[in-house]
Amino acid sequence: MTERSSGKVTTMQHAIADLVRDGDAVAIEGFTHLICFAAGHEIIRQRKRDLTLCRLTPDVVYDQMVGAGVAAKLVFSWLGNPGVGSLHAIRRRVERADPAPLELEEYSHFGMVCRYTAGASRLPFFPLRSYSESDLPVANPRIVPIDSPYGDGSVYAVPPLNPDVAIVHAQRADARGDAQIWGLLGCQKEAAFAADRVIVVCEEVVDEEVIRRDPNRTVIPGLIVDAVVEEPKGCHPSYAQGYYDRDNRFYLDWDGIARDADRLEAWLDEWVRGLESHAEYVEKVGAERWARLAPGEAWSDPVNYGKYS
Amino acid sequence: MSSPAPKVESGYSATEMMIVASARQLAGERVCFVGVGPPNIACNLARRTVAPELELVYESGVFGAVPARLPLSIGDPTLVTGAASVTSMFELFAYYLQGGLIDVGFLGASQIDRYGNINTTVIGSYRSPKVRLPGSGGACEIALNAGKVFVIMPQSRRSFVERIDFRTSPGHLAGVRHTDWPGSGPAVVVTGFGVYRFEKSTGEMYLAVVHPGVTVEEARENTSWDLTVSSELETTPAPTAEELRLIREELDPEGAYTR
Repeated sequence: MTERSSGKVTTMQHAIADLVRDGDAVAIEGFTHLICFAAGHEIIRQRKRDLTLCRLTPDVVYDQMVGAGVAAKLVFSWLGNPGVGSLHAIRRRVERADPAPLELEEYSHFGMVCRYTAGASRLPFFPLRSYSESDLPVANPRIVPIDSPYGDGSVYAVPPLNPDVAIVHAQRADARGDAQIWGLLGCQKEAAFAADRVIVVCEEVVDEEVIRRDPNRTVIPGLIVDAVVEEPKGCHPSYAQGYYDRDNRFYLDWDGIARDADRLEAWLDEWVRGLESHAEYVEKVGAERWARLAPGEAWSDPVNYGKYS
Repeated sequence: MSSPAPKVESGYSATEMMIVASARQLAGERVCFVGVGPPNIACNLARRTVAPELELVYESGVFGAVPARLPLSIGDPTLVTGAASVTSMFELFAYYLQGGLIDVGFLGASQIDRYGNINTTVIGSYRSPKVRLPGSGGACEIALNAGKVFVIMPQSRRSFVERIDFRTSPGHLAGVRHTDWPGSGPAVVVTGFGVYRFEKSTGEMYLAVVHPGVTVEEARENTSWDLTVSSELETTPAPTAEELRLIREELDPEGAYTR
């Protein structure tokens, strides 16, 4: 741990208080895998307001945040409870403006990935082969056809997405914020490089040497990271490959909870606002349930990087 | 969206028939972009029966998945363990899909029209929808870039409609696709009633095969347009004991999707 960078390691409470501001565009990324629910819950506890929430798949975490009233807008590409059905808190606001309207800015998955890529690369747009004859560019005029400058047809352009804050959960990171991820990579790298401020949350803070012994696994360099939070089991009910499984039971249960605004409110009071921290949440989930989510073991073989000294 | 359960021969469910019929369509295919739910079971069944060489690709960034249990989402960790490759989503969409490596893309649909244009976005108007559906996900780019598209969906007059409320994923448009699109579009639609194909000259869907115990009249009654029926209409062979065993014992032992 170097002296220069050790100041990044902090608590979730401090990281959210210092780096997430009312009105910000916030991206808690992670495609099914490594969704940082702990950060979403802390944002709810701190009663942030008017956030623009960016994610390919808003998932249960944004249903909770929208239900808790922290968001004014969603930027997304697939709005559902994966493998289960609908996100009812979000649907209430979209279909009935209940209790308030929610602005939507909608793309496809590849469109969202390209938006982060343009944002990370500081490009004015990114071209892709999608959207032709779809109604999506009608619904969202920011999706625009462009002719190839080389005269070989047209493609569609999407604008850069540069969130104010990206929150990325990794299996491990060092105190500088060098973060290593294995399993599904989603577009956390692109979202982090595109964002103005980056919070890395991890299952374990490890020594810098652990990172340096396996540099191919580093997805996000500490260079772009503002805060490092160690939050074991911070993705529940999402999962962390090799650490714990997805809690499908919770995703199913959420359907019933979120259908009823009063039940949703009671759930938020019991599981989020009524708790001080994610550590209390982990305790409340209970040892029996954690035991059921143990992933078993499947190790990769070590590789030789060579010494070259 | 619920659909009236078509009558089936005793011994298996309508969903099992739909999955078995879909899996058989994959014979001879090599690289398949898999969706969650019934397509997932169909693709994994095909890999164990008619298409052992089938490479399963998931939009979450997995190539060559060999799931040891039924994945309950397209981002299930069982897709990663033992896979040939795990990539970023950018690579998956840019190099695998847009790069032209996908032979078959599986899509679901809330509404489909006779030309295979698909809606998964809204029922009603976009600005004030009666029902807000999930949206595109990767479907729009799959519809344009996959070599061909297979659709698995429940069929009723509410889903097989004259006019879709929103075109999320283009099919054969009003009969003819653009020639500069990389993929050839919808080739097969499998429902609980039968298997539909598309007439080359008109781009229109026709009933090619009915499942055992289903009549042409039932298929027509559950279609909002005047359905074309093949003059050489065939009947789907009933699921074999081995196909049912694989679904019930290996692929969906808890009956999450098939019961």
